[in-house]
Amino acid sequence: MAAEPIAATGPAASSPWRLALRRLRRNRIALGFLGLFVLIVVFVLAAPLWSHNVAHTGPNDTHTLQKVEVDGEKRDVVNPEGQPIGPVWFGASGKFFLGADGRLGRDEMVRLMYGGRTSLLIGISSALITTALATLFGLLAGYYRGATDSVISRSMDVLWAFPVLLLAIALGLVLAVGGLQIGPIHISGGSIWIPILIIGVVMVPYMARPIRGEVLSLREKEFVEAAVAQGAGSLRVMFGELLPNLWSTIIVFFTLNIANNLLLESALSFLGVGVQPPNASWGTMIASGNDLITSAPLLTIIPGTMILLTVLSLNVFGDGLRDALDPRSKVRLEAHAGMAEPEGTAV
Amino acid sequence: MASAPLLSVRDLRVGFVTEGGRLQAVDGVSFDLAPGEVLAIVGESGSGKSVIAQTIIGLTRSPNSRIDGSVQLRGAELIDADDAELRKVRGEQIGMVFQDPMTSFNPVYKIGWQIVEAIRAHRRDIGDKEAGEIAVEMLDSVGIPNPARRVDDYPHEFSGGMRQRAMIAMALALEPDLLIADEPTTALDVTVQAQILALLERLNRDRGLATILITHDLGVVAEVADRVLVMYAGRVVEQGTLDEIFYDPQHPYTWGLLGSLTRMDRERPKRLPQISGAPPSLQSLPQGCSFRPRCPHEFGRCSELPALDARLSETPAHLDRCWLSPEQKCELRQVEGEIGLEAPAR
Amino acid sequence: MARFILRRLVGMVAVLFAVSVLTFLIFNVIPNSDPAQRMAGKQATPELVASITKEWGFDDSLPQQYVTMMRKVFSGDLISYEGRENVDEKIVEGIPETFSLCIGAAVIWLFFGILFGYLSAVRAGGWLDKTLTVIAVTGISMPVFWLAAIFLNYLTYKTEIFPSGGYVEFTTEPIEWANHLILPWITLAILYAGFYSRVLRSSMLDVMGEDYVRTARAKGLSEQRVMSRHVMRNSLIPIVTLFGLDFGALLGGAILIEGIFSLEGIGQYAYEALKNTDLPPIMAIVLFGAFFVVLFNALVDIAYAYLDPRIRLGASANG
Repeated sequence: MAAEPIAATGPAASSPWRLALRRLRRNRIALGFLGLFVLIVVFVLAAPLWSHNVAHTGPNDTHTLQKVEVDGEKRDVVNPEGQPIGPVWFGASGKFFLGADGRLGRDEMVRLMYGGRTSLLIGISSALITTALATLFGLLAGYYRGATDSVISRSMDVLWAFPVLLLAIALGLVLAVGGLQIGPIHISGGSIWIPILIIGVVMVPYMARPIRGEVLSLREKEFVEAAVAQGAGSLRVMFGELLPNLWSTIIVFFTLNIANNLLLESALSFLGVGVQPPNASWGTMIASGNDLITSAPLLTIIPGTMILLTVLSLNVFGDGLRDALDPRSKVRLEAHAGMAEPEGTAV
Repeated sequence: MASAPLLSVRDLRVGFVTEGGRLQAVDGVSFDLAPGEVLAIVGESGSGKSVIAQTIIGLTRSPNSRIDGSVQLRGAELIDADDAELRKVRGEQIGMVFQDPMTSFNPVYKIGWQIVEAIRAHRRDIGDKEAGEIAVEMLDSVGIPNPARRVDDYPHEFSGGMRQRAMIAMALALEPDLLIADEPTTALDVTVQAQILALLERLNRDRGLATILITHDLGVVAEVADRVLVMYAGRVVEQGTLDEIFYDPQHPYTWGLLGSLTRMDRERPKRLPQISGAPPSLQSLPQGCSFRPRCPHEFGRCSELPALDARLSETPAHLDRCWLSPEQKCELRQVEGEIGLEAPAR
Repeated sequence: MARFILRRLVGMVAVLFAVSVLTFLIFNVIPNSDPAQRMAGKQATPELVASITKEWGFDDSLPQQYVTMMRKVFSGDLISYEGRENVDEKIVEGIPETFSLCIGAAVIWLFFGILFGYLSAVRAGGWLDKTLTVIAVTGISMPVFWLAAIFLNYLTYKTEIFPSGGYVEFTTEPIEWANHLILPWITLAILYAGFYSRVLRSSMLDVMGEDYVRTARAKGLSEQRVMSRHVMRNSLIPIVTLFGLDFGALLGGAILIEGIFSLEGIGQYAYEALKNTDLPPIMAIVLFGAFFVVLFNALVDIAYAYLDPRIRLGASANG
C-alpha cells in the first residue's frame, strides 16, 4: 500500500502476543480448522469409550467366523468369499459402525480410533523431538558460528543429502527388528518409540537450518549487543535473549511439523517399517485396506481421509498462526522450504 | 500567481479503510504550484504529507482508498484520469523520488538499465543505445563521478547518497516539469543530506524545475523552499512563503516546529525543546482543532474546528488554522526571546 | 569464481563420503543379517558359509570392507548379495523409468504451480484465490501413496481409463509411454504443485509490496511490464531454488510412486534392496541419490548468485 505509516498513538500498543491473539481470533478459517483438529483429537481419545461401551470389541479382536445382527437380520462379518461387511452405521447399535476391516473381521471404527491415537501420538511426540533438537542445534550453530557451526551444519547437510525416505526406511528396518539400545535403555522393535525417534531425528535438518538462519540475523540486532555489554554470558544470551524472539517461529514450525510427521509416519507404516503389528496406525490401515481396494475401497479411503483432514487442519491453522504472529514474515519461505516441504515427506 | 499554475490542487481528500477502521489521511488540502516554484510540505509522520504526494500521481488508488477533490496538471484533471493517461503523466510530466533509495531500486537490475527502462517506456522512438547515453548524461548531471562506468553498476554498489542522486536522475530522465521528492534526505547521513538539497536547489534554478519537497524537517525546508505548507493530522494548519512561515508564523504547531530546531547561531538551550504529547490517531481525531490537546494556548473556541483563512490583511496568501488573534499570536509565540512553544500547563 | 566452484566440489565430495560411511555403518549394525548366512541359503553348511565369508571378504575389518565396497561402486563391479546381480547395471536400467517420472511430473507441477500461484496472488483475497488455496493446501495434505491407490482403483481397475502400471519405452511407443505415466505424473505433481503455488503466491505478495514496484509504477511503466519485469523476475527466485532442491532429491528415486505404479525405477530397486537388507545396492543407490541432491544444491547456489546480484558480489560496496 502506498499510504505512509500511521503514527502509533493513543493507548500503549498491546504486547505482540496479545496483538497476535487478536489477529488470530479474527481469522475464522484458521480457527475453524483448529476446531476440526480438536474434534479429531477428541475422536481418537474417545477410543476406549467407544470400544467398551458401543462396539464391545477391541481393535485387535477378530470376528472372522461370527455373525452380527443388523436391523434384525443376521449377517456374516466376513462372508465365505472373504468379503468383509460394509459400514453398518447404527444398524447393530454401533458395532461395526464402519464395517469390518478385511478377512480378520476387526471392527474398522474401533481400529480407526485406536489407529488415530497411535498416529497422532507419533506425530506430536516426534514433532516435539524435532523441534527441541532443531532449536538447540540452530541456536548453537547460529550463535557460536565458527567451528561449532561448521560441525553442526555439515552434519545437517549429510543428513539432508540422504534421501529422507530411504534413511527413514533404512532406520526403520534396522530398528524395528532388533530394537534400540541406548546405554541402559532398551527399546524393543515393536515399540512406537522407534518410529517416534526415527521421524523425530530425520526431520531435524529441515527445521534446524531455517532456525539457524534466523538466529544468525537476530544475533546482529542491538538487543544482543546490549545484553553482552551488560555482561550476559553465552547461555544467557542464547536462552534469555535469542530464544524468546524465536518462539513465534518455533510454534509455527512445530505445528507444521506435526502435519509433516503424520504424513511420514503413514508412509513408513504403509511400507511396513513404521508402526508394527499388533499396533495399528492410519498408515497400516491404508496398507491393509489396499489389498482389498477393489472390493472394499472404503477400507482405504477412510483412514486416508482421516490423515487428510488432520494434516489439512494443522496446515491451515499453522498458516493462520504464522499470519497472526507476523503478517509479513520473511521466515515464511524458510518455513516452507524446511517444513511442509515434500522433501521431508514421502514420495 | 502571475501565470497559470502548473499544478492546482483543490480540496483534496484521501481516506483509507484499514484493519483498525476508516481514517482520513488527507482532509481538504488545496494549493497551487507555479512553474519553477519549490513548495515544501512539512509535517510529522501520519500528517498526510506523503499521501498527498503519492495521490497526485495516482499511486494511492486502491479498493481500500477513497479519493475526492481535484488535482489539475496544466488544467488536465488527474484524479479521475484513466490508467493510460496517468501512465503518460508519470515520468514524463511528473517525476517522483522516494525516501529510501536502497529499496526503491530493483536490486536485480543495473541502475543504467532501470533508467533506460524509464526512458523507453515513454519514448519508443529512442533506441537502446541512445537511451543509454541519456542515462549517462543524467547521472553526470546529478553529480555522480565516472558516470559511464557506474551506469552498469547495481544499486547495492552505490552509496546511499549516490543512490539518491541516481533516483533523481531517473526521475528527471524525461525532463518533466515537476519533481515530487518524498522525504528524499530522511534516509541519508546529515552531510549527504546537504549535498542532495544543494542538488535539488541547483536543478530547480538551472532547469526551472518545479519541486514539491515533502519532509518532516524544517531545517531542510529553509534551504530550498519558496513556499511552505504545514500539515497536521491530515489538514493544512498553515501555509505561506518561506519568510512568512519562518518570521511570522501564525500557528502554535509551527511555533513548536521552529522552536525545536537546534540553531547554530544561538546559545545551546539547557534542554532540547520539543512539542509535548504525540500526534493524534487518525482513527479517532479530537473534536475541533486537532492540535488542541498539545497546545498550551488553547481556549474555549478551540472546540470548533478553525477554518483555514488568511487572518492578516497584508498577506492574503498566508493562511492558518488558529482562532487566536494576530496580536495574541505575536505575544504568545515568544518563548525566552525566541519563537517557540511552551509546554502546556498540565 | 573458480575458487568458489572448487570449494563446492570439495564440499560435495566430503558430504558424499560422510553419507557413504553412515550408510555402511547403519547396515553393519544390523543384528540379524549375516549376508554370508543368507547367501548360503536354507541348506547352509558351516563350511559353505565360511567359504562365502572368505570369498566376499566378510571377515575383513570393517574399514577394509568399506574400502573394497567403495572401490567396487566406482569400478562397476559391485554385486548385490541377494540375487548376485551387477548393481551398477541395474541402476542404469532403472534410470529411464525414474527420470521419465521425475521430468514429466516436474513439467506438470511447475506449470500448474506457477499458474495457480500467479492467479492467487494477483487476485489475492478474492474467490479465485480462496478456491485455489483450498485446492493447493488439500493437495499437500494427503498421503501421496493413498491418492495413488485411489486413482488406481477408480481410474484403472474400475474404469480402465488408464493402464495399471508398468513402463513402456519411449523409443518403442511414445504414446503408450505417456499413457502409462500419466497417473504417476499427476499423483506426484499434485503434491508439489499445491506447494509451489503457495510459495509463489507468498513470494509475489511480498514482492508486490516492495518499494521498487512502486517506483516502477511511478516511472509510468505499463502494468504488464511492472508484473513481468519487476514482480515476476523477483518472485520466481525462491521457486527456482526450491525446484532445484526438490528435483535433485527426487532423482534419487520416488519409492512410493514407483512401487504403487509398478515402475521398475531406482526407487523400486531401492525398496527391494532395503527389504532384503542388501547392502551393495543400498549403498550405490544412496550415493546415486545423494550425488544428485548435492549436485543440485550446488547448481541452485550458482543459479541464485546469477539471479540475485547482491549475492554475487558479496556485501554491498558501501552501506
